[in-house]
Amino acid sequence: MAMTYSEKVRDHFANPRNVGTIEDANGVGEVGNAVCGDIMKMYLKINDDGIIEDVKFNTFGCGAAIATSSMATEMIKGKSIEEAAQLTNKAVVEALDGLPPVKVHCSVLAEEAVQAALEDYRRRKAQTEDKAGAEEKK
Amino acid sequence: MRVYADQAATTKISSRSLQAMMDCCKEHPGNPSSLHEAGRDAEAVLEKARSEIAAMLHAKPAEIYFTSGGSEADNWAITQAAALGTKKGKKHLISTAFEHHAVLHTLEALQKQGFEVTLLPVHEDGLVRPDELEAAIREDTALVSVMYVNNEVGTVAPIAQIGEICRRKGVLFHTDAVQAAGHLPIDVEAGKIDMLSLAAHKFHGPRGVGALYVRKGIPIGNLIYGGGQERGKRAGTENVPGIVGMAEALRESLEDRAQKNARVLQMREKLADAILQIPKTRLNGDRKNRIAGNLNFCFEGIEGESLLLYLDLQGICASSGSACTSGSLDPSHVLLALGLPAEVAHGSLRLSLDETNTEEEVDYMIEKLPAVVERLRAMSPIWHDGRD
Repeated sequence: MAMTYSEKVRDHFANPRNVGTIEDANGVGEVGNAVCGDIMKMYLKINDDGIIEDVKFNTFGCGAAIATSSMATEMIKGKSIEEAAQLTNKAVVEALDGLPPVKVHCSVLAEEAVQAALEDYRRRKAQTEDKAGAEEKK
Repeated sequence: MRVYADQAATTKISSRSLQAMMDCCKEHPGNPSSLHEAGRDAEAVLEKARSEIAAMLHAKPAEIYFTSGGSEADNWAITQAAALGTKKGKKHLISTAFEHHAVLHTLEALQKQGFEVTLLPVHEDGLVRPDELEAAIREDTALVSVMYVNNEVGTVAPIAQIGEICRRKGVLFHTDAVQAAGHLPIDVEAGKIDMLSLAAHKFHGPRGVGALYVRKGIPIGNLIYGGGQERGKRAGTENVPGIVGMAEALRESLEDRAQKNARVLQMREKLADAILQIPKTRLNGDRKNRIAGNLNFCFEGIEGESLLLYLDLQGICASSGSACTSGSLDPSHVLLALGLPAEVAHGSLRLSLDETNTEEEVDYMIEKLPAVVERLRAMSPIWHDGRD
């Protein structure tokens, strides 16, 4: 049985937004694995005010994987870290006017990629702060 | 430009087949089981088609049973061979790892009923080894089912050798010839084939009609109970227009077949040479021992479905494997059977051509495909990794 993608999904895989990498990203997250057929890598550039100034993605996967990655980047671009942390796969699916049931896992992956990139940002930030604190003590 | 390069999924009905169907609907509208003139007329048309199809397979008319297609024929052949085996205490079935799901899922169902199934390896080239088949046959083997031409990689099985072994060992031999009929000359006598499945829509006939050849003397049981159609084995008023359309399509397909195959092969080789220029690209299955129109590639770093969708945007209809499994998330079981790792098997593309394709279409695909692969690789995290 053939699967039908919504017009929005078709638009987002045909013309994916924010494809690429960010050289000086301060939050990078990668989820999925090649054996299952989906890998998403998300790059975030977050400014000092905690706003996501830029976001890019690279995805290996099906049409839905590309579309959900693209939509997720659009939904978090220009948002605060707190707002982005609220992103759910359900919101991504709704923004795309739905996904075939077998493809819903792609939206989960998109949510996880965003969360992984935010987590990486927090970790890096904590490390820098620890370092700065340690140097002050010296 | 629109290019249809998915002939292995289905073919467009030919004008001759369509005309034969329409003529049949208009001029022979009777029920072949009716005793009156209209019924006798429809029966004559039906039996003429049966005789013609039988002759083209080197079979007898009474050995042909019409079905709704290839999957039905496969299900029927295998379940009946298993039932016949049971009567003789034989509970072992042999097939291959890369059969169509119409065969594999039937075997799985039989496995749950207590049958033991051996799936032969098909190796990297996609070919069954006759000596391995012979070694796998046991005293209690009820059936060997090996597909004539694989639907994804197009490799052609050594049918005559398999038939010879099975006949010598006294084991029933079924072949799913859905991808072979109309493309290769089929001779059930020479091939020592006991049962053979075919489907009309793979050779420019209508969808929803097929046939099962069963060698005379094999007492197969019923598929559908009811009236006396198909010698009482498959009840239900026959799809007479479909059957007539199938007979016409098979006749047309086999006309000048050698010349058609030579032309298809020329187009395919040109396409293969050009696509294999793309870095990190492999052709799956033996290049020589495959049906003229089939190509199956893996492109490292990209996934098959997105490749298909991007090709579709360029007007190219292709497939990542079988259309029957396109809703599945698993990589092709055929490519896994050829020994490909799952991450590579995800990036597969099947292009299947036939005599209705043109040189211009091949040139168009050669022009468009590399850019599509490049675009997807540019957004692939694992392709970047591969380059590091």
